[in-house]
Parts: sequence; C-alpha cells; structure tokens
Amino acid sequence: MQLSTKHLLGIKNLSSQDISLILSTAEQFKEVLQRPVKKVPSLREVTIVNLFYENSTRTRISFELAEKRLSADTINFAASSSSAAKGETLLDTVNNILSMKVDMVVMRHSASGAPHFLAEHIPAAIINAGDGINEHPTQALLDAFSIQEKTGSLVGRKVAIIGDIMHSRVAQSNIYLLKKMGAEVVVCGPPTLIPKHIASALGVSVSYNIKETLAWCDVANVLRIQLERQNQVLFSSLREYSIAYGINRQLLDSLHKEIVIMHPGPINRGVELDSDVADSKQSIILQQVENGVAVRMAVLYLLSGRTAQA
Amino acid sequence: MKTLINNQALLTIIDRLADQLLIAYPDVSTTVLVGIQQGGVVVSNLLYQALQKKSKGAIVEHGQLDITFYRDDVRHKILAPDTMHLPFSIEGKTVILVDDVLFTGRTIKAALDALFDYGRPDRVKLCVLVDRPEHRQFPIQADHKGQVIKAQRNDKLKLRVNEQGQAELLLLSE
Repeated sequence: MQLSTKHLLGIKNLSSQDISLILSTAEQFKEVLQRPVKKVPSLREVTIVNLFYENSTRTRISFELAEKRLSADTINFAASSSSAAKGETLLDTVNNILSMKVDMVVMRHSASGAPHFLAEHIPAAIINAGDGINEHPTQALLDAFSIQEKTGSLVGRKVAIIGDIMHSRVAQSNIYLLKKMGAEVVVCGPPTLIPKHIASALGVSVSYNIKETLAWCDVANVLRIQLERQNQVLFSSLREYSIAYGINRQLLDSLHKEIVIMHPGPINRGVELDSDVADSKQSIILQQVENGVAVRMAVLYLLSGRTAQA
Repeated sequence: MKTLINNQALLTIIDRLADQLLIAYPDVSTTVLVGIQQGGVVVSNLLYQALQKKSKGAIVEHGQLDITFYRDDVRHKILAPDTMHLPFSIEGKTVILVDDVLFTGRTIKAALDALFDYGRPDRVKLCVLVDRPEHRQFPIQADHKGQVIKAQRNDKLKLRVNEQGQAELLLLSE
C-alpha cells in the first residue's frame, strides 16, 4: 500500500484510500508515542527542512517532534531570520538548501499555492504545513484522526465548522477531507465570513445560527477569529462576535446533549470559546495536539519512500 | 503452491515446542511470548493455547510485535504497519520471540531492535516453526525450532490461515 501522491500539498487531491492509509498508519505511530523509547529508526537517513515563512508554534513543534521521533535529521528555517529578508526568492532559497542534500521539505507560506509551485520545480517531497488561505492538510488529518478516535467513525458524523470560514485553510482542508470520508458538514459564522458560493462549490450546508448548528452536530470544530484581519471590518467588534457566535457553557447546557468541542489553536479565550468550555471534558483540544505528532509521523513515513528512488 | 506442513502436522509441532518451552522455562511468571507480525503471531497464539493447557491455568503473558518501522530496507518499499501490542513490561523478563519461518535473519534483527525500545529484558530466546538454515545472512540461530526445511533461495514459505481458521505452511515457488 502506498499513497497515490509524491507530495502532500492538500487534501483536495488525495483519495479516500490515501486518507484511510494515513489515519491507520497514524494509529500505529500513536502506539510508538506511548512506549518507553518514543522513537523508531525508519527515517534515519532522511534529512528534512522545516521552512516556515509564517509564524507558527504548534505546527512547527509538532512537525519537528514527528521528524525526530522517526530519527530524521532536521533543519529549521524561519524566514524572518534568514536571507529571505534580504530579498532572496523562494525558489533560490529552496534550491540552495536542497544542494546541501535535503530529502523532504515541510513548508508554511502566506501565499496560497507556494508549495504547489515548489513541487513543480524541485525534486524533494513537499509537505504543505499551511499555505495562505488555501489548505492545511495535516491539521485536517489530525482533526479527522481525533474525531475518529473520540466517536469511532467519520462516516455519517455530523461536523460543524464554526467561525471565519472565508480566510481559513483549516476549514477548507477539513471540508474536503470530511466530505471524502462520508461525514456531513455544516459551516456556521457571520455572513461576511462565509464565502458566497461555498454550498454549491464544496457540498456543505450553511447556517448563520450558532444554536441551531450546535443542536444539529456531533462535533463542533471552532476556528480562531484571526485578529490580524480585524482591519477588514468583517464584523463590528470582537464583543459582538462573541455574543453572536461565541460558545459558552450556558449555550452548551441548553442543547441537552454532549457534543465534542475541537479547536485548531491558538484559542482566543472569551471570543470564539469561553475558558470553561475550552477546558471542559467535552473538549478534545489537547488530544488534537497530541495526535498531531502521530499523524505527521504517518505522513512523513508514507512519503519518505519515494525520495529514496528520486 | 504446495502444502509443506498441513494443519494436523503443524499442531503436533506446536505441541512439541510447547513441551520444550515448559522444560526450558519452568517459571511461566517471568516468561513472556512475543509473536512477530504476521505469521509469528499465528504461531505464538497457538503456542500460547498449548502452554495454557499444559501449565494448568498459570498465565503466560503474550503480545505481538510489528517490525515495519525497523526493517533495514524500510525506505525501498513503504509498507503499511501492523498492530503492535505489548500490554506488559518486558523489563527483566525472559522474552521468547516467536516467528513462523527463520530465513535470512533480518526480521529477527529488526525485531530485537524493536523489542529493546520497550525495555531491557533479562534474556531473549528465539522459537520458530520452521528453520531454513542454509540462507542465513546474519549470525542468528533459533533456540527452539519445529522443523528444518530445505528450499531454493527464491522459494517463499508462507504461513496461511484458511477459511476454517486452520494454519498451514505453504511453499510458493517462483
């Protein structure tokens, strides 16, 4: 069994078999992470560069841990402290790194499509760690893994994605993945943050009412309100957003059923999620982070074979 | 495809191996059985059942080991991993590694690497259903073997469980 792709650029071009293979491999890596020695020698002769052109804590640490636990050698690159700040092009930077014999590239970039561009021009395997407002495939995979672990299956699962759908690569990757694996998806948020034609384009339902959405769903994946986009005036204030779409204990209690709460982090406490909800037993936010390492190990492992022949 | 060891003969071999193990390791409380995925797990499950009967209810701990991530050719061919399940400590124990066919020795080398990531056993012994001694590539020998079989280098010996749940050893020629 092998993946149908040489790179992981997005969920859009993965098959459901690819996704199942990644998730089942991740289960075995999760077992590795429970052992006294949390490390396997599989990628001993592989060198991986983590190219981060955009800030990140969770994803970068998670990838780095995953690489180290597979015994790969890693190099970290942050654009702010590199020659990129002197005006070097992306392709030049990467080609220079590759000439030092690097096998795989994990990349985050603020421009949508940057990893796709690289994949066309360089021989190494590329893993997209988030590109602009396009995709964040490993986040969607770890979200799916966490839903499956918590509720048993993705098929027929009712998942609500709540918040800034317009600017969210997490939302887009999650929608592609959940639809491919047979889950039902509703996106919910203020009309200004939901793309106009998303229902017909991606096959999801749209709701502007948080209470109805929560009453319908089994799992609520709550997205971060991107404070850096506040100058675009998409809603009048954080306080207004919190009143209309924030999830608090009172709202959850009124549902008379227990739904699973997820969040890709970082949380704006008191905006999209209240603290007592984020820290409650219903929330699997920290399990998501834990599963992220296993899922990324699975992706790196499954993509590492091709570079041996390249 | 040819049957080398049918189910009845295989169970006889298992029975004999179980007797050997009980004599060699009389204290079952410090001995654990670890089958190597996938054929070794079938053999170790059968051995476990035989040991349970013979040891009159004393519990022999048994688990399964997957070596996918430890293969020395791991990146030439990416394989989907099997289940690992070692729900006990191997620290200070006598671990009996169980496999179906001992051939080049590479699987056992990888299994030893995998095993030591779970702790430091007192000693590790190797028990195999079938030994093919003439094609060994590593200095590894079995402590307990059911049967020695001579076959061509390219021949594949495969343990299969049929629809009735009976294990048998097959020869798959090129």
